[in-house]
Amino acid sequence: MSDTAVFRVWRGEGANGKFVDYKTEISSGMVVLDAIHHIQATQAPDLAVRWNCKAGKCGSCSAEINGMPKLMCMTRLNSIPLDEPVTVQPMKAFPPVRDLVTDVSWNFRVKKTIQKFKPRKPDAADGTWRIDQEDVERVQEFRKCIECYLCQDVCHVLREHSLHEKFIGPRFLTYVAALEMHPLDTANRLEELRTQHGAGFCNITKCCTKVCPEGITITDNAIIPLKERIVDEFYDPLARLFRVFRSDRDSK
Amino acid sequence: MANFETHEHDVLVIGAGGAGLRAAIEAAASGVSVGLVTKSLLGKAHTVMAEGGIAAAMANVDDRDNWRVHFADTMRGGQYLNNPRMAELHAKEAPDRVRELEAWGALFDRTKDGRILQRNFGGHRYPRLAHVGDRTGLEMIRTLQDHGIHQGIDVHMECTVVTLLKDGDRVVGAFTYERERGRFKVFQSKAVVLATGGIGRAYSITSNSWEYTGDGQSLAYQAGAVLIDMEFVQFHPTGMVWPPSVRGILVTEGVRGEGGVLRNSEGKRFMFGDIPANYTSQTADNEEEGWRYTQGDKNARRPPELLTRDHVARCIMREVRDGRGSPHGGVFLDIAWIKERIPNGAEHIKKKLPSMYHQFKQLADIDITKEPMEVGPTTHYMMGGVRVNADTQMSDVPGLFAAGECAAGLHGANRLGGNSLSDLLVFGQRAGQFAAEYAKQNGPVRLDAAEVERAGAYALEPFGRKSSENPYSVQHDLQTMMQDLVGIVRREAEMEKALDGLTGLKERAVKVAVHGNREYNPGWHTALDLNHLLTVSEAITRSALERKESRGGHFRDDYPDKDAAYSTFNTVIRKSPDGRMRVEREPLPQMSEELKAIIEEMK
Repeated sequence: MSDTAVFRVWRGEGANGKFVDYKTEISSGMVVLDAIHHIQATQAPDLAVRWNCKAGKCGSCSAEINGMPKLMCMTRLNSIPLDEPVTVQPMKAFPPVRDLVTDVSWNFRVKKTIQKFKPRKPDAADGTWRIDQEDVERVQEFRKCIECYLCQDVCHVLREHSLHEKFIGPRFLTYVAALEMHPLDTANRLEELRTQHGAGFCNITKCCTKVCPEGITITDNAIIPLKERIVDEFYDPLARLFRVFRSDRDSK
Repeated sequence: MANFETHEHDVLVIGAGGAGLRAAIEAAASGVSVGLVTKSLLGKAHTVMAEGGIAAAMANVDDRDNWRVHFADTMRGGQYLNNPRMAELHAKEAPDRVRELEAWGALFDRTKDGRILQRNFGGHRYPRLAHVGDRTGLEMIRTLQDHGIHQGIDVHMECTVVTLLKDGDRVVGAFTYERERGRFKVFQSKAVVLATGGIGRAYSITSNSWEYTGDGQSLAYQAGAVLIDMEFVQFHPTGMVWPPSVRGILVTEGVRGEGGVLRNSEGKRFMFGDIPANYTSQTADNEEEGWRYTQGDKNARRPPELLTRDHVARCIMREVRDGRGSPHGGVFLDIAWIKERIPNGAEHIKKKLPSMYHQFKQLADIDITKEPMEVGPTTHYMMGGVRVNADTQMSDVPGLFAAGECAAGLHGANRLGGNSLSDLLVFGQRAGQFAAEYAKQNGPVRLDAAEVERAGAYALEPFGRKSSENPYSVQHDLQTMMQDLVGIVRREAEMEKALDGLTGLKERAVKVAVHGNREYNPGWHTALDLNHLLTVSEAITRSALERKESRGGHFRDDYPDKDAAYSTFNTVIRKSPDGRMRVEREPLPQMSEELKAIIEEMK
């Protein structure tokens, strides 16, 4: 397979830009990121693209390929039609910087607002803990996250409604779930989750789960259990009644 | 200097992989103000790629393990060119550094009684690597990142250092450029920690990402620091070889630790045919014993596939050269065969090596539970780098510290797998601690306005040029040349040719022109990286010419044997007053009687 294909790549500064077609050579086993690099080295040396590991482990090269949020390094050319131009554009849920690069700094700010890990006292005199493998495995699914933010990109609450100030998005709901289900953690993040982190905005359309390159079952395993815990803690009728009585008593 | 955004810190850390993050956390914990500059986004550094685990003699799986055995293993692996004090500190402190990660939220795989599980790895006598499946690096960097963001560290992402700044002999800051807007940022600091990682991008086949252009080694050299052991580049034996676009991507040694075997095109396990003399007593001489070792039999010796990386890489090269390679120029790595031995073998493989399964399935259409992988050597790690004080990690330049891959000493002529992550933690912590102390003890610093102006002008030069020279093609030609002439198998005449080649490439590098704007311009970045790549390439070549023997990661076809005359010194690189690179030999650091006795005892 020594052939050519056309890549329709978004070029622009900030919000202003246009698609530019680049015809480039392709070969067996190539991924989209290879094609972008080839274009960069031969035709467009200033084409901006963010990448690092090129093995699906760092989550840097997120983009939208033919409209689908994907890692460019893990999208093989034989998985997409090449008889028409392949469109490559930046993630839509974040402000564009240049070409394929977006400003993802909001994600880093959000993470800081989440209460940090707080372990229980060590189990053994030497300061170590004893944990069952089973308990480790329950959380490992969430800890596989490579922070590519494709789930954030596809989430309509962020993508269509731009509620970045009210909702932390699937990535950070998964992060909270990993902390809440961590076998050693003792903090309680439910109050913030319900209020400033906006867990209620998620209406379980599962788009995030579909695009996760790590195959994390974001909605079913992370978000829904968190929502259930919020309901148990804040909306359970018995607990509510108990609170009413208590506040009644306290006010007397 | 009014034109440049300026930041002041007590300690400036350059690089945010395992070593940089650990250093920044430690410095911040001691109460000084810390700036952290990183070439990429936080959490994306190459540490994320580490698969196998963190070596630490915790003795959770085999109670015969302790720091003395770990020390002796590290020295043996490094062919005794290591800095013994560093190897001692590393072996002693690694267990605490691992336990500390757990206290910060890392979740390692467990033993049956709930302690941190440890796995076998090449060159380690006992199961020693704390791990999380095959994504230990991700767990480690995320733990450090998530802990670090709450420590008041001032993080500057996608920010690249152009040059270090000095006040007399002392390093007092760095001139950087921030990629997103293409603006310059000047950092003034009382101490600087380099934690910039490796040099893999000097070669065309590498497991390293674009970032690893030898920045730390080159910046330190330019600032007057000494580099040592630069001839020792580790070529990891198992990188992917097909398809071409993924050539070089790492296949973890954990595959072999879990029972994976290497075969040539005749189906033969060729590693049994070539076991070095100093390892025969520890190595299995039959397949059955090797298998039992991988399954935790304490009385079995390790299979020859788990010999040190330098040796396995050369054996693979030999098989390929002699026409017994796989179709795409590697050899076969087979983990699927363990299905004969383990019930539910396919599930077991997927559970133990999930990201390897994923990587081959997605990038090569290969199901590793059913068919063998094709693998070959890939440039992986730089044992050499900035010479540092073993205890404090300070270089020969006051105020300049280095930790992790860009520093040298711990690994000698060859690094054992798993000793890198522990290196980052142990010496990252030490660099952070001592940089903070240095900042507290040494008074305020002053930047030289003229030096800052010069740095800015230098960084902008490529925009003003009118030539047709393209930074990507200079980089490409350099990588091809280093791969061909200063790679796994080295010869005097070829390396002399490489020195001539470097002269030509330097002339081209100062002519490269950059187009477009300053905002997020990868061409500009590539142009600025060239100087670092050329500096480390020259250091590697000159050091490799100087060492006329074969040892560890350095193999000379014209001097194929180890030579006792070369076992007494480190190769040292420094910049001479006329600006030329000088190579010298300096005696190895002294070893204490206690450490000598340990080595004797464990021989």
